[in-house]
Amino acid sequence: MDMNRSWGSKVFDSANYFLLFLMALITIVPFLLNVTGSFEAPVEALRKSFVIFPKTFSLAAYRYIFSTNTIPHSLLVTIFITVAGTAINIALTSLMAFPLANKRLRVRKPVMLLVIFSMLFSGGMIPTYLVVKNLGLLDTYGALLLPGAISAFFLIILKNFFIQLPDELEDSARIDGCNDLQILFRIVIPLSMPAIATLTLFYAVGHWNQFLNALLYINDASKFPIQVWLRQIVLLSQTGIGDSANNFEGVIPPGKTIQMGVTVVSTVPILLVYPFLQRHFAKGVLLGSVKE
Amino acid sequence: MIRRELLGGLFTEVTPLQYRNVNKYVMGGIFLKALPDLAQNNHHLSIARKSEGVWAKLLKEVKRDYWLYLMLVPGVLYFLIFRYAPMWGLVIAFQNYMPFLGIAKSEWVGFAHFHALFTSPDFWMLLRNTLILAAYNIFLFFPLPIIIALMLNEVRHEVYKKVVVSLIYVPHFLSWVIVVSFFYFFFSIQNGIVNEILQSLGFQKVHFLDSARWFRPMVTLEIIWKETGWGTIIFMAALAGVNPQLYEAARMDGANRWRQLYHITLPSIRSTIIILLILRLGSFLDSGFEQIYLMLNTLNREVGEVFDTYVYTVGILGGQFGFSTAVDMFKSVVGLVLVLITNRLAKKFGEEGIY
Repeated sequence: MDMNRSWGSKVFDSANYFLLFLMALITIVPFLLNVTGSFEAPVEALRKSFVIFPKTFSLAAYRYIFSTNTIPHSLLVTIFITVAGTAINIALTSLMAFPLANKRLRVRKPVMLLVIFSMLFSGGMIPTYLVVKNLGLLDTYGALLLPGAISAFFLIILKNFFIQLPDELEDSARIDGCNDLQILFRIVIPLSMPAIATLTLFYAVGHWNQFLNALLYINDASKFPIQVWLRQIVLLSQTGIGDSANNFEGVIPPGKTIQMGVTVVSTVPILLVYPFLQRHFAKGVLLGSVKE
Repeated sequence: MIRRELLGGLFTEVTPLQYRNVNKYVMGGIFLKALPDLAQNNHHLSIARKSEGVWAKLLKEVKRDYWLYLMLVPGVLYFLIFRYAPMWGLVIAFQNYMPFLGIAKSEWVGFAHFHALFTSPDFWMLLRNTLILAAYNIFLFFPLPIIIALMLNEVRHEVYKKVVVSLIYVPHFLSWVIVVSFFYFFFSIQNGIVNEILQSLGFQKVHFLDSARWFRPMVTLEIIWKETGWGTIIFMAALAGVNPQLYEAARMDGANRWRQLYHITLPSIRSTIIILLILRLGSFLDSGFEQIYLMLNTLNREVGEVFDTYVYTVGILGGQFGFSTAVDMFKSVVGLVLVLITNRLAKKFGEEGIY
């Protein structure tokens, strides 16, 4: 078939391949320039606006970022929120999805209605803020962990995944004397690992990227997650702090280099889980829904 | 049947595309799935009401399945506290709410806040900004994933296709803070790469990030950069469901590639396009708080302030809880109405198009 392709078809193919290449390039170039730029030596960075490959490789930006306690501490905070938050998410989501997948449960449908309506309508920012405030969660990690403890959407996905597991497995476990909790942890969850893995990754990425909740509920700078600091640094670097006028030739790396460094530090974890996301997202979410 | 289920599952992935909002990646295409559930619910409730001794039966069931009921407790509590208590909190939209008095003792003002909202010039600014941004989104962003998916569909080299696909959806997993940081890195007046290049070519620097003129294009460009790849995947899945024999048959009949595109590929994703478009219309007033907030500054506020950010500015920063809740409630109610309407449409098209 390739032999008798028309001339126009070949031109189209070349253009198509090229445009898609361009598209992929536009996606990754910001990452690349950010990474290379963050390794730029301060002196060089002050002279030039940007580099594709720095002439002198320097860790100055990273040394600066990790010289104070602020960013490392906030990274720890973010890791804590991500791990604890995701654990809460998965525990509560699977605990709730399991009974909802059980057809003999009478309250299943009213509860589903409760869940679904919460997706269509919400109290909004201020009333939610007041609830968090009245619970005494302001300025605590609880404010970052609890308000999003269950995603209604993921709950329904997991419920649908549970429903399509064969009932016989459950029945046989029951005959062997398992109660429902044991069935969930010994049979259903192990069988649902693709779905659970996918939800874990999505929840975790959500926690890592969390900005709004911190903006709303956290005033104590020692509890700021990394995204909040990154934002501060982006704004600071716009004011030109550390740039040539008020900096002895590169004692402190210029703001933009620090910004690039912090961006890299806060992006790397996402890129590390990306291959897993890649692998599971196709398997997990599709498995959860495809019924043959 | 298979295709519908496949699509249903993939709507998880659709979500961030429409709801870049408060609740992260939740929602989106759920309505397709939710609708049958909703219908069943009503049905079930009406039956339950008619039958005798519901409570006795329920009690018996609780005794039998106490583990299941126990498992439901934390989840239901979560929904009641963090989703439904705020809905009750909407009453402050009708109050002159004072934090130290609380909901119970605050003065009742009826629709005064709503009256103030609709007569204020801010309202028209917010509505205009929100609608224009949404229009930019639908006209400039929405078609792109379809086009890219169609382009990828023409790629015969499987590895190339795979590499491109896995690269272009990476940005979806980045936070808005990082995406905006990248955009500052490129477009800042201070030392943004694009501005430096413009300057070195002898042009004037452009205030991409701090002018009213460039706000909407920049916001839309960010969405395009972040979400196009992700959106593409949904259409790729729909395209993967097309029976290859259709193409073979078309080739036998002498159809060239354009004909195949027009008569096989496009019809096969038509329903997906329609449903996604309808769902997008359902969330027309959601601008995505985080992104807009991060892009706003004093120089572009007149075109950038939308309902989402206004609630934050006036409510959280300005302390006008009652008024800002009224603004939010207006948005939510309109949103709910839009969702219900588009739901109905989606169902209509869904049944017609996907089965």
